Amino acid sequence: MNAVSEPILSIQNLNKTFADGFQALKNINLEIQKGEIIALLGPNGAGKTTLISTICGIVQATSGKVTVAGYDITRDYRKTRSIIGLVPQELTTESFETVWNTLVFSRGLFGKKANSAHIEKVLKALSLWDKKDNMLMTLSGGMKRRVLIAKALSHEPAVLFLDEPTAGVDVSLRKDMWKIVQELKGDGVTIILTTHYIEEAEEIADRVGVINAGEIILVEDKTELMSKLGKKQVSLDLCDPLATIPQSLAGYSLELSENKDQLTYTFDSSGDRTGITSLLDDLKAADIYFRDLNTTQSSLEDIFVNLVEESS
Amino acid sequence: MNFYAVMAIYKFEMARTRRTLVQSIVAPVISTSLYFIVFGAAIGSRITEVGGVSYGAFIVPGLIMLNLLMHSISNASFGIYFPKFIGTVYEVLSAPVSTVEVVLGYVGAAATKSIILGLIILATATLFIPLRIEHPLIMLLFIFLTSITFSLLGFILGIWADNFEKLSVVPSLIITPLVFLGGSFYSTDMLPPFWQSVTLFNPVLYLVSGLRWSFYEISEVNVLVSLVCITGFMLLCFSVVLYMFRTGYKLRT
Ligand SMILES: Nc1ncnc2c1ncn2[C@@H]1O[C@H](COP(=O)(O)OP(=O)(O)OP(=O)(O)O)[C@@H](O)[C@H]1O
Ligand SMILES: [Mg+2]
Repeated sequence: MNAVSEPILSIQNLNKTFADGFQALKNINLEIQKGEIIALLGPNGAGKTTLISTICGIVQATSGKVTVAGYDITRDYRKTRSIIGLVPQELTTESFETVWNTLVFSRGLFGKKANSAHIEKVLKALSLWDKKDNMLMTLSGGMKRRVLIAKALSHEPAVLFLDEPTAGVDVSLRKDMWKIVQELKGDGVTIILTTHYIEEAEEIADRVGVINAGEIILVEDKTELMSKLGKKQVSLDLCDPLATIPQSLAGYSLELSENKDQLTYTFDSSGDRTGITSLLDDLKAADIYFRDLNTTQSSLEDIFVNLVEESS
Repeated sequence: MNFYAVMAIYKFEMARTRRTLVQSIVAPVISTSLYFIVFGAAIGSRITEVGGVSYGAFIVPGLIMLNLLMHSISNASFGIYFPKFIGTVYEVLSAPVSTVEVVLGYVGAAATKSIILGLIILATATLFIPLRIEHPLIMLLFIFLTSITFSLLGFILGIWADNFEKLSVVPSLIITPLVFLGGSFYSTDMLPPFWQSVTLFNPVLYLVSGLRWSFYEISEVNVLVSLVCITGFMLLCFSVVLYMFRTGYKLRT
């Protein structure tokens, strides 16, 4: 990590125990650099929303310290909250307010001078411009989700929290949102998002954090994570079906498919020796020929499932 | 001071009133007219004068108080309860606003509505009976202080309430009886001595008495006592609100 630049968000030993005694956050430590996109993954009830709500001032921390751009979230709450934009997980909107007015409200609430040009820009970016005079209750769920994003962007935050921004959003809109997130990143906005769609994290995040049962069990650069934990597999389509795997290949823990015409070899792509060359040599020596070969890499999803299973 | 935030909340709340104009303004005007017809005409034909003023005129300050109290409480409580109920309160809780700013926005809007309403009731009253106001500025001061104080109380109620029943129980089960038993529609001299003493524990008595003094210079208790009471109660309510926000009471988990 770059030692010169101070992190835009720093979380130290953060704990949250709710009034009913349930500990939702357990000694969370996390630093996020300016301009990063970090995806938080974790099963339902892991504590993602609680973490975000604590940073935004909705939930009170039990102990620990959080700073945003160097400011403490309780002592300098005015500074930190004016920097932060929040898109909540729940679709909560007024009913009788118009789209335009709700954005004007949000901007004012966050202490920014009225700026119609900016609000127009945000509405257009989110394809809501033609709905600007609609009452919120007349919008579809996906449109309401976009209104919530527009509200958060209306006050030009430097740090944006997106709590499951694409839940219940159709594929094309999800792609639009990914584009918007990339554009915001281009503008220097730091983005922390939670998601249950692993491909979303894979697609847009720079780093991935995994939370389970209130603990951060891993934070890693996305590509490093995938190469480190990623298993690769080579599948070989055999010319002639094989009755059994010959003794000479026993060391490779190969798998033979049900109809006996495909061999699968799993290896660690980050290891020094993958064993592929010797496998191919040994196959030739055993007179096994194949007509096709393809490799597959495990996705973040597989990694994630493995991690959560291991930790619980 | 986050002035933009205060204005945003204030305007939002005022816009809500415009959408419910009938409920906020027309309904109270109609009910006030009914009071005049029933109390003023029917009862007033038997009780001709109280403390030297006609019965119809005597009840005007009480009617104004009744409306100020009920509407300050219901407006302010609903203003904060509803966002809590539907979840939009997250935005206010995550905004760079202090308690004072939130209160200025919500309570300021609720009090503004009550003040306007009080003046409309007053105007309605003049349609039924000739009125004189000896101390208009003191009258305005009472309307002002009462609206703010009971909007603060409504705000507290809205934060405290976690269902609609609690929200309506305070106005109907506490405020209405206090108003009716607080000398709004009669002079406490008309009561037996025991009940006169009991009435002195009713805070509404001090409000009605003070407001009535500003009209006709007749009062149950000294007008300064009334002013001190309402100011003290206002400060008490404000301290409670500050405490609620500082501890996150029912707002922040
Ligand atoms: N106010 C509360 N009081 C008590 N427990 C709570 C409260 N809010 C949340 N919790 C608990 O804290 C845990 C974490 O909840 P949280 O909403 O942070 O999960 P999440 O990771 O966002 O889950 P999801 O993916 O379903 O959104 C859950 O077990 C939840 O029941
Ligand atoms: Mg959540």
